Amino acid sequence: MMFSVLGAGVAGLCTATALAERGATVEVIDTDPNPTGASWYAGGMLAPFCEGEAASDTVVSRGQAARDWWAKRVPNVLTNGTLVVAPGRDRKEIDRFEKATTGGVRVVPARLEPDLGSRFSEGLFFADEAHLDPRAACQALTVRLRDLGAELLFGGQAAPRGQIIDCRGLAARDLLPDLRAVRGEMLFLETSEIRLSRPVRLLHPRFPCYVVPRGNGRFMVGATMIESDNDGPVTARAMMELLSAAYTLHPAFAEAAVIETGAGLRPSPPDNLPSVLHRGDRIFVTGLYRHGFLMAPSLAEEVATTIFQEGHHAS
Amino acid sequence: MLYGTGLTSRLLLGTAQYSSPAILAQAVAASGAEVITVSLRREGSGGAGFRELIAATGCRILPNTAGCHSAQEAITTAQMARELFRTEWIKLEVIGHADTLQPDPFALVEAAKELCADGFKVFPYTTEDLILGEKLIEAGCEVLMPWGAPIGSGQGLRHRDALRAMRAHFKGVPLIIDAGIGAPSQAAEAMEMGFDAVLLNTAVAKARDPVAMACAFGQAVEAGRMAHNAGLMPRRDMAFPSTPIFGMAELA
Repeated sequence: MMFSVLGAGVAGLCTATALAERGATVEVIDTDPNPTGASWYAGGMLAPFCEGEAASDTVVSRGQAARDWWAKRVPNVLTNGTLVVAPGRDRKEIDRFEKATTGGVRVVPARLEPDLGSRFSEGLFFADEAHLDPRAACQALTVRLRDLGAELLFGGQAAPRGQIIDCRGLAARDLLPDLRAVRGEMLFLETSEIRLSRPVRLLHPRFPCYVVPRGNGRFMVGATMIESDNDGPVTARAMMELLSAAYTLHPAFAEAAVIETGAGLRPSPPDNLPSVLHRGDRIFVTGLYRHGFLMAPSLAEEVATTIFQEGHHAS
Repeated sequence: MLYGTGLTSRLLLGTAQYSSPAILAQAVAASGAEVITVSLRREGSGGAGFRELIAATGCRILPNTAGCHSAQEAITTAQMARELFRTEWIKLEVIGHADTLQPDPFALVEAAKELCADGFKVFPYTTEDLILGEKLIEAGCEVLMPWGAPIGSGQGLRHRDALRAMRAHFKGVPLIIDAGIGAPSQAAEAMEMGFDAVLLNTAVAKARDPVAMACAFGQAVEAGRMAHNAGLMPRRDMAFPSTPIFGMAELA
């Protein structure tokens, strides 16, 4: 049986991979010659426990599979944990975060990240969490898919030839009217003055923010969450908020070069919970919201397992 | 009665910071609130998906100008809100300082004048200052929304005496405590003091279980109102036995 995966974002690539690994004939179709949907702007944090602060238990439990899934398939999945800190006057946010999550332990932040110095007296450490570079990871999955014999049809209007698995993100709104956009804005900073080994989340009562080291002095700073389907350039306000958060984390970020800014639209269902949906003859991997790299592996395996179980029973 | 609209629930809820629109809808239902307030400043007109979901709650929408720092900004936002939500109700917030989120009283009166003249039904987020309140009523506001404490602080009623004076001064004007409420007991206290309603957001949205917390606030507001109507006993300095001394059994 042949499968046509629509969309080459993280949902599509993971689903195509899970199917191709089971020996299925797979094509991945994306109208964009260089697919740069929401996945392109992702943080790439594999942080199921931290996400539990606001996300449902489903994300916490299913997201735990992500780290090993990625580590088996793409290079540079780093399990250095996540460090959560708060500015002195917002220290109570640490207590709140600790109560809302599991798996974190109290630490002195500078013991883990010496560059943070004495600016933060306490923090939370989630040792089992990991991070990756989303763009490199998608690239690696693409290469892997080619090796597995999948056909990658990017940039055209190829007609699907097999069972459709719809991973089009927000574009699937034409068939799933419940989907809405949650805009996320991010930027990249470059500086040789700061070294971080792991994603650092800065808690702030108004805008939670994170800095993810990408190596070679590059840092991704994200991300806003705005109920909007405007996919235009990052706003001045978002930049100010993200930069002030980075500056709070380390004053040397003030001298960093801003090498990129971007905004993406997260496909979000009303409960903000990613899922696999079967509607008519189409299977959707949808609503990844802010959990793309965290939840796509689990959803992809769900799709592949379901299909192959059914196939097995039928034969 | 708010601008001629009768409501049964005296709890108004904000819609920001929830983990999902689904949780928001469940919390609103559990609270019994009939009015929810929605911010427009950041989403702009691009948040149609979110607006459809909150419209589905069936609540009356009170758009707000949260995040506006000048009269003009607030007026423009209010006009946009009227278009998008097809309502003349507007919660007017003009922030004077980004850190304290304290209202700017001067810009507030300026914006209220213009919006009332333009036919808006203005719900101004104000302080407990009496003269400011009078100026807002002069401008055409029929409701005042004094803060309990700074937005998002959860401190409850910071200036009880001033709020009591305000309640006494503005007899017959609907007064809604807006902002700073962190616990149901604080909401109940405001209602016991005779305030007409309470508006809050963070205390519910950021609770570990927002739906249960919304329910708790709904009950607290109802209890506080009922207690106010029932007539609270006065505070006394000395003990006063609730059992009469006469007719006490002689056990000797």
